Amino acid sequence: MKPFQYLRAGNLEDATRSAVSSENARYIAGGTNLLDLMKLQVETPELLIDIGRLPMETIMPHKDGIRIGALVSNSAVAAHKDVRESYPVLAKALLSGATQQLRNKATTGGNLLQRTRCSYFYDIAMPCNKRQPGSGCSALGGFNRMHAILGASDTCIAVHPSDMAVALTVLDASIETINDAGVNRTIAIADFYTDPAAQPNAESVLKPGELITAISLPPPPKGEQHYRKVRDRASYAFAVVSVAIAGNRAAMGGVAHKPWRAFQAEKYIADDRSAAVSADAELAEAKGYGHNDFKIPLARRLLTAALDGSFLPRDRS
Amino acid sequence: MPVRRHSYVSAYHSKAILTLLHGLLRPYACLNYGEYLLITRRPCVQGIDRRTAMALSGAVGVAAMMPDPVTASSSVGASAPQTVSVKLKVNGESQSVQCDARTTLLDFIRDHLRLTGTKKGCDHGQCGACTVAVNGDRINSCLSLAAMHDGDSIETIEGLAKQGKLHPMQAAFITHDGFQCGFCTSGQIMSAVALLDEHANGQPSHVTDDIADKAIELSDGEIRERMSGNICRCSAYPNIVAAIRDVAARR
Amino acid sequence: MTTRKMEGRFGENRLDYGGQGVLGKPIDRRDGVRKVTGGADYTADWRPAELLHGYLVCSQRGTGRVTGLRVADARRAPGVLAIYPRVPGLPDAASDGDILHPVPAAVKHIGAPLALVVAETFEQARAAALLVGIDYSGETQGRYSLIQEKSVARVPAPFLFGPDYVRGKKTTDDEFTSIDATYTTPSQSHAAMEPHATVAQWENDSVTLHVSYQMLNRGRQLLARVFGIPEERIRLISKFVGGGFGGKTGMSVETVFAAQAARLLGRPVKVVMTRRQVFTATSRRSETIQKIVLRARPGKGLEQIQHRSVVANLPGEVFWEPPGVGTMNMYASDSLEITHRIADLDLVRAGMMRAPGEGVGMLALEVAMDELAEKVGKDPVAFRIECEPEVDPLDGKPFSSRSMVQCLQEGADRFGWAKRHRLPGARREGEWLIGMGMAAAIRLNIFDQSKARVSLSKDGRVEVETDLTDIGTGSYTVMGQIAAEMLGVPMDRVTVALGDTNLPLSAGSGGSWGASSTGTAVFIACEEIVGMIAAQLKVSPKHLKLKDGKAIVANKSFEMVSLLPQGGLEAVGNAEPGSNYQTHVQSAFGAHFVEAAVSSLTGEVRLRRMLGVFDVGRVMNMKLARSQLIGGIIFGIGGALGEELVVDQRHGHFVNGDLGEYLVPVNADVPPIEVHFLDTLDDWSNPIKSKGIGELGISGSGGAIANAVYNACGARCRDFPLSPDRIWAAIP
Repeated sequence: MKPFQYLRAGNLEDATRSAVSSENARYIAGGTNLLDLMKLQVETPELLIDIGRLPMETIMPHKDGIRIGALVSNSAVAAHKDVRESYPVLAKALLSGATQQLRNKATTGGNLLQRTRCSYFYDIAMPCNKRQPGSGCSALGGFNRMHAILGASDTCIAVHPSDMAVALTVLDASIETINDAGVNRTIAIADFYTDPAAQPNAESVLKPGELITAISLPPPPKGEQHYRKVRDRASYAFAVVSVAIAGNRAAMGGVAHKPWRAFQAEKYIADDRSAAVSADAELAEAKGYGHNDFKIPLARRLLTAALDGSFLPRDRS
Repeated sequence: MPVRRHSYVSAYHSKAILTLLHGLLRPYACLNYGEYLLITRRPCVQGIDRRTAMALSGAVGVAAMMPDPVTASSSVGASAPQTVSVKLKVNGESQSVQCDARTTLLDFIRDHLRLTGTKKGCDHGQCGACTVAVNGDRINSCLSLAAMHDGDSIETIEGLAKQGKLHPMQAAFITHDGFQCGFCTSGQIMSAVALLDEHANGQPSHVTDDIADKAIELSDGEIRERMSGNICRCSAYPNIVAAIRDVAARR
Repeated sequence: MTTRKMEGRFGENRLDYGGQGVLGKPIDRRDGVRKVTGGADYTADWRPAELLHGYLVCSQRGTGRVTGLRVADARRAPGVLAIYPRVPGLPDAASDGDILHPVPAAVKHIGAPLALVVAETFEQARAAALLVGIDYSGETQGRYSLIQEKSVARVPAPFLFGPDYVRGKKTTDDEFTSIDATYTTPSQSHAAMEPHATVAQWENDSVTLHVSYQMLNRGRQLLARVFGIPEERIRLISKFVGGGFGGKTGMSVETVFAAQAARLLGRPVKVVMTRRQVFTATSRRSETIQKIVLRARPGKGLEQIQHRSVVANLPGEVFWEPPGVGTMNMYASDSLEITHRIADLDLVRAGMMRAPGEGVGMLALEVAMDELAEKVGKDPVAFRIECEPEVDPLDGKPFSSRSMVQCLQEGADRFGWAKRHRLPGARREGEWLIGMGMAAAIRLNIFDQSKARVSLSKDGRVEVETDLTDIGTGSYTVMGQIAAEMLGVPMDRVTVALGDTNLPLSAGSGGSWGASSTGTAVFIACEEIVGMIAAQLKVSPKHLKLKDGKAIVANKSFEMVSLLPQGGLEAVGNAEPGSNYQTHVQSAFGAHFVEAAVSSLTGEVRLRRMLGVFDVGRVMNMKLARSQLIGGIIFGIGGALGEELVVDQRHGHFVNGDLGEYLVPVNADVPPIEVHFLDTLDDWSNPIKSKGIGELGISGSGGAIANAVYNACGARCRDFPLSPDRIWAAIP
C-alpha cells in the first residue's frame, strides 16, 4: 500500500472540495473494496478522504418510495422493515452477496462503485485496460469463465460484481450526488454505468469529486420480487449469473460490465410473447469468450424461468 | 519388470539427490552492490558482519535502470507515510496510539496493542479470521484502517471471557470441538457471538424463507449461512454449528 | 533410551487392560482454552523486541532468468533497512528438500521468491517491496497444461512408491462388462488458514526460528544444509500450527530469507507470506489425468483393474502424486496394473497434500466402480463386497487388519441405502433432483521413527515431551491420554510439551502418522517407567495396576509418588518402523454415503447429508477422531465440487490464487455429517494398535459425492471439480 494522506471529512463540502484538490483522491467509507485493492496497489490514491462519519446514514421511507443514505451499511438496508416488505428483491440481493462481516461494513454508495473481480485487473503484473488503459485486456485470451457475455467490448470483458446493483436496476433506482460546487444531481441507475468500449477505466458517469449521497427508489412495482443467484459455492461467492425480478421487470447480474436490465425481454413479455422467446431476444446479442460460453444458456434458462415464474426462488433444496 | 514398493519410511530417510549449497554464512554469492542487484553465481563475500551488511545495504541508492514494463506505470514514492493518532476503546479499555495511516485495524490490534488473538488469514476479507466487533457489529478488521475507527469501541476475542470465566460460546466451542488447528477460531467465535445478537434483532439471512418474517427460526441452515464468512480449512463446520445451536438453545 | 521396532504381533498390553480409562474417551482438547481465548501463539504472533518486518518480492514471470533487481526506489523508501536477494541454492518454494536448485537466477515459475525487503514496520516493507523492479531475460512459452504435456510424460524415479505395478493378465475382452474412462482432477491448494510464517532471531552463532512447520526435525535437517551450519545451532519452535495438510512439510522458503536477514541485520526478523504468496510460493497438489479400466468377471468380482495416472511437477522435483496407491490394495481382481507417469510443468512445485495419492486417486477409482456396478446391474455396495480381497491384491500379503466389508454394510444400514432409487433422476422435489451415492475409502497406514520423553515427578505430575507438532490433530491431548492411561494418572496431572527441536525428535505431523508414531514413543517411555515402578515393588509389570496415582498389587495399594526416587523417573522412548511393513499391508478403511440435490435448472449441488463408517484401529480420542474424519470428508467436498487452481495457459499465472476465488467449502456447503467407528484393533501396526486417521476422510468422499450427483440427475462428470456448468451440461 502506497503512502497517502488520510483526511477525515467533517462535512460534505470539506469532502468534495478536498477531493478535487488532488489528482488522485478517493473517498473511503466502508473500505471493503478499496483497501483490498490498495494493498495490491491496484488502487494508489494519494489522498484518502474518509467520509464515514458524514450524515448520510439514514433510510427514509416516504410516500413516493424510499431514500437510502449512501452510508447505510448493506446489512442495515437488508434488515430494514420497509425494504424487506416493499423491496424484498433488494434485501435478497444484498443478503446473497458477501458475508455478514462485509455487509456490516460495506455501504450503499460503495457497493454501487464496487470494482470488478477480474483476476487480471487484480494482478498488477498483467495488462489490463481497466487498470492501465491501452495495456490490453488479459481476460480476452485468458481464463474468462466469470466474464461478460453482454455489452462487453474487446477493450474489457469484466463484469460488475454487485448483487445489490442488480436489484436497484430492476427497481428503477436513482442515484443522488453532490459535487464540489454543492450542486446536486440525480442519475437514473440505467444511465449510471458507462460502457467499457471507450473508457474501460471509467465505470460510471460520476465526475471527479462527485459524491453519492443517497439512492432513491420509486414505489415498488406490482407483482412478485425475486433474486436468484447462481454461484460456485453455497455462500460467500460472486455470481456466475443472477437474475432479479420485480413485477414485470427483470435484470441480470454477472453477465455484463453493469447490472443488466432486460429491457428487450420485458418488451417481448409486454407483447405477450412467451418467456423463452423473450429470454432469447434478450440474449440474442450475447457473446461468449470461451470459458464463459456456458453463461449464455444458463442466463437464458434463468431468465426464462424467472419470466414465467416457474422456478422456486431458492438456491437450495 | 515392476518396481517393488518402497515404504514411506525408507523414502523419508533416503538421502536423495542433494545439490551443493552455499551456506548462509556466504550469502552474497550473487551481488553487485549498488542501486542494482545483479545476480550471478559467483561467490564474492565470505561471511559478513552486521556493520558491513548495513553499510552495503545502505549503499544502494542511485537512479533506476531500464523501465520495468510492470512497475514503471505506477508512480514511485508519492507522499511520505503519514502518522495518525488513533484513540479507541478495545475490550473496554481506552487506547491512544500513533500509527502509520496505512495501518489496518487488524494490524493495529495485533502489532500496536499486542492483542494477537485476532488472526490474519488472508488480509483481503476472504476468510474471516480477523473478525472483531466494532460498536457491536462484526467486521473484517483487515479491510478497515485503524484511523477510520477513531472513537470506536472494539471487542476482540481477548475481551470475551470475563473475570476468568469463559463466554458460553467459548465453552461451547471446546465442548463441541468447534476447531482443530485453532487459527480461525477467534474469528469464528466473534462471528458466532454476533450472530446470536443479529438473530435476536430479527436480521434476515440469505436462507430466510420469508424475508419479511420478524421471528426467524435459528435453524441449522440459518446458522450455516450466517457463519459462511468464516472459513475453517480443518472444516470443523458441523461442530461449530452444534456449538452455536447449543448456546442459542440456552439463551 | 529404549528403542522398539514395530516387529511381530502386538499382544495385550497396558492400553488394553489399563486402569485409568482415559484413552479413547472423548476428552476436550487440552489446548482448547488457549485456542478459544486467543491465547494460542502462532508464529506470526511472536514479537520479540527490536523486531523487523520482511516482505517477499516474487517473480512475475514463469520462465527465463532474472538478471537483476532494481532496488533504488525501494531502498530509499521510508523505514527500509535492507533488501536481500535469494540465497543461492534455495529451493523455489516450500520444499520437502530432496532437490535444491543451485541457480538462483533461473525463474522456475511465477511467484518464486526473489528477494526480501526488510523494514521497521510491516506497512513500510510491503510498500517498498512493490517498488522493486525486476529485470528478466530469455522468457519462453512455459509448460502449464498437463493435457498438453501428457504425451511427453515419462516414467518417474521411485519416490514413495515405484511407478509401475503389474500382476496377472487379463483374459477376456467384453465391452459390456467393462469401463474404460478417463478422469481428471485439477491442481489444488492446501490453503491452511495460517499463512507460512517465520520469526528468526540469532544469538551468537545459533538461530531460533519460530515457524509454522508440520515436521520440525525434517525442517531442521533441510535448513542446516541450506545454512551450512550444524543442526544443533538451529532451534525450531512451532507451538501451534494453523493447519498444514501437507503444505508445511519440509522447510519453507520464507524461513531462509528471515534467517538470512536476521543474521545480517542483527535483529529479529519476521516474514509472513501473503495469502497470494502461499498459493504461488509454497506448494500445491498436482493435477492428474487418470485412465481407469475395470472389467467385471462374468459371475462376480473383477477380472481386471487398470489405473494409469499422469501427474506433474516442476522439473527436478522428485516427489510425484501417486493416484494409484489406493488401487494397489483395494479390490481383488485377476489382473492388476497400476502405472504412473510424470510430466514437467513450469508451475510452483507439486508437493504432498492431504492423502497424496488416495486424495485424488480414490475419487477416480470409486466413480469408476460406480459406473461399472451400474453397467453390470449391481448395487454399488454389494458389488464392492464381491470384490473384497482376502489378502493384499498386489503381493498376496495379509492385511494387518481390514474391516472394509463391515464399514460398507454398517454404513449402508445406518444411512438407509436401501431407499436409494436405482435409476438416476427418479426422485424430484420441484427444481431439485435428489440422489444417493457411496464410495469406499482406503488410506495407507504409515509409521515413522519418533522419540518422546516421559517424566514422572515426585509430586505425581507427568510430563510428556517431544518435538511433535499439533496442527489441529490433537497431539496435545492424545499424547497426554496415552501417558495418563499407561501411568495411571488423571489427565489433569499430565502436561504435554510439543513443537520444539530442543525436545526429543519425532517424525512430526503428516501422512497421518503423528499420533501412532510419536504415541508409540510415549508408550515405550511409559512402559519403561512402569517397569521401574514394578521393579521397586518386585512384581511383574503385568501384575501391577496403576490408577489415579496409585500402584496396586494384588490387594495392596501404594501412592505412586512414594515409590519414586528423589528426582522422579524419566524415560525416553524411541519408536522405529520394523519388519511389520514387510510382513503385512497396513491401511485404514471406510465407507462414505452421501445424499445430494442437484438443481435441474442450474446444475448447482446442495449436499443433504453425509455418513461415514471407518476402521481405524484403536481410536485414541473419540471426539477428536470424529472431528478429523469430518474435516477430511469436507476436504473431499472441496475436491469434488469447488477446488481448482486455475492456471492461465499463456504465462502460468494462477488466475484464482486467493481465498475469494479458490473455493474451499464454507459452512453453508456442509450438510450434517455422521461419523462412526468400528470397534477394531490392529495387532500389527504398533502397540497402540491404531491406524492413521487424518487423511482417511478425504479418501473416497468426493467420489461418493460424484456418485450421488449421478444418481440424482444422471450427470456422469469425469472432470473435477463438478462445477454447476459441468454438471448441467452432463445431465442427459
